[in-house]
Amino acid sequence: MDFKLSEREELLRKTVREFAEREIAPRMEAMEETGEFPVDLLKKMGEIGILGVITPPEYGGVGLGNLARIIILEELGRVCPAIPMALQVHHMATHALSAFANEEQKRKYLPPLAKGETMGVVAVTEPSGGSDVAGMKTSARLEGDRYILNGRKCFITNAHASDIWVVIARTGEGGKGLSAFIVERGFPGAKLGRKENKVGLRGAITGELVFQNCEVPKANLLGHEGDGMNIAIRNIVETGRPGMASVALGILNAVLEQAVKFANERILYGKPISSLQMIQSHLADIYADLEISRLLVYRVGWMRDQNIRCDAESALAKQFSCEAAARSARKAIEIHGSYGILREYPVQRLLRDALVTIPAGGTAEVARLVMARQALSLVK
Amino acid sequence: MRIIVCVKPVPDPRHWNRMSLHPTLKVLVREGIPNVVNPLDRHALEEALRIRERYGGEVMILSMAPLFSLSILREALAMGADRAVLLSDKAFAGSDTLATSHILSEAVKRIGPFDLILCGNQTIDGWTGHVGPQLSEFLGIEGISFVKMIEGFHFEEDGTAKAIVRKKTEGGYVRIEARLPLLLSVVKEINTPRYVTFSGILEAERKEIQVMSASDLRIDPSQVGLAGSPTKMADLFMPEVKRRREVVQEKPEMASKLIFEKIRQRGLI
Repeated sequence: MDFKLSEREELLRKTVREFAEREIAPRMEAMEETGEFPVDLLKKMGEIGILGVITPPEYGGVGLGNLARIIILEELGRVCPAIPMALQVHHMATHALSAFANEEQKRKYLPPLAKGETMGVVAVTEPSGGSDVAGMKTSARLEGDRYILNGRKCFITNAHASDIWVVIARTGEGGKGLSAFIVERGFPGAKLGRKENKVGLRGAITGELVFQNCEVPKANLLGHEGDGMNIAIRNIVETGRPGMASVALGILNAVLEQAVKFANERILYGKPISSLQMIQSHLADIYADLEISRLLVYRVGWMRDQNIRCDAESALAKQFSCEAAARSARKAIEIHGSYGILREYPVQRLLRDALVTIPAGGTAEVARLVMARQALSLVK
Repeated sequence: MRIIVCVKPVPDPRHWNRMSLHPTLKVLVREGIPNVVNPLDRHALEEALRIRERYGGEVMILSMAPLFSLSILREALAMGADRAVLLSDKAFAGSDTLATSHILSEAVKRIGPFDLILCGNQTIDGWTGHVGPQLSEFLGIEGISFVKMIEGFHFEEDGTAKAIVRKKTEGGYVRIEARLPLLLSVVKEINTPRYVTFSGILEAERKEIQVMSASDLRIDPSQVGLAGSPTKMADLFMPEVKRRREVVQEKPEMASKLIFEKIRQRGLI
């Protein structure tokens, strides 16, 4: 077992940290105010390789793998969690295509996604709920050489900023009747619905995609008819949950830094409050949450890179780190006293950001279901 | 064009609040502070890469530093340099700028012919600005400091070449024409360094870093390290920054006039 990061991974971290501090930090305020994703940063992030990190080199990516992706998202999240939220969903789209698309589809869609010329989404959740995948209603009906899609997807990250949508829709009955489609934003009948006004991760857009007799060429079916459930589940387990966990990990980094900084600067009773044991106890809890989360999330990245199946580990990393981020952000606010609820201190935003990570990419309850299933299978 | 870029690992300025002075040894206590490429050296490397993109050739990194600095050189290679030479030897420890320049010059002579040496004008830790000019003296070539722009190169029919550069001065610049081979020490106005890319990181893993010791360079140990360094540190201290206070006790109108006058006298308005 080797817990030491390689020189490559350390250099990746350094590069992304520098980029995030220099290019993203100055944009935070605007993102908080407007709720808009800074689309112009996509190109720069594409050039560095951030967007194509898990896309194979033959399709315009750098193919560095899942642990590298986690480190990158963590570093971006340390500075601005909304950015890795958006990118992690973009990565989900690239993963869905790398893993399930045919050669022609890969050649057409992956290079622009990896370079930041287009932005991707994966659209599963519907107004009827995201956890009940098999209950989705959006339909796809084959007519000649095209599928006609009708329905509505909601809570879709990147919706209004994106170009390429991987959409799961119903072509038959039950769980086996789901299929996945590559839908371009410009296809006839592909429309944008409402844009949500979230409390946190405001720089990542969340909104609806609407399909009104949307015409999708037959060639844009991803995999085969009936593959939809498998694609959705593999995508969320292998990319979505580790991605959300990485966003939470980034938040935890920022929470610890803000908490320590404030505790060292704030003088009470003639000395910094960091010398008080009550405060140190909070700091120890935050530190533990950060370190435990990092171990869990990195392990999932490593397992994915070894091609080891990690459904329960991925669910655990997601559930633990997202709840840890919220719990720790609250502790950081307590360390700040009344300053913690002022807008000019970042800890209140970190709590808002953390709250958004909890239901996204599979609720904590669904994650616990997966973990319980694993636990029950361990002892016969 | 063959270009050598001198690079120094320095403590990351973002962690300087954690740095302290050793009370008796009068050296910086750098333990636990990560190193980065000296910021101005990145501008020098960026300029070298741009020249290579335009004229072709090779960009070499040259650094004198302990062995743990290999990762810093890897970073410079990831930015796009072709290869790197690390000069590392216990005998080099404690070298002042003169001894350092001497070591670098001996290495340059062994690396072979070159057209340009680019350096950052000064390092963010030592801030002397000595090494560039001293290195050009040791090599017997022209050296120009405070370079804020390289306008271009003129290649003559006889095979010689000239560079036209702008040297930053207070409130302006001097335009200088100088023959190659040439050493230029650059300031930050010269360019904006590129970000390291992930594909650059992957390529850097396949690039060569050659490590050379004092014996590889056939350097007399008495010429380097503490023994070869005429500079002696007289003292090193953290300046104490204190706010000066003055209380003006007058009626508000009079007080405001007095305060305004005091601010004006200090040239702040």
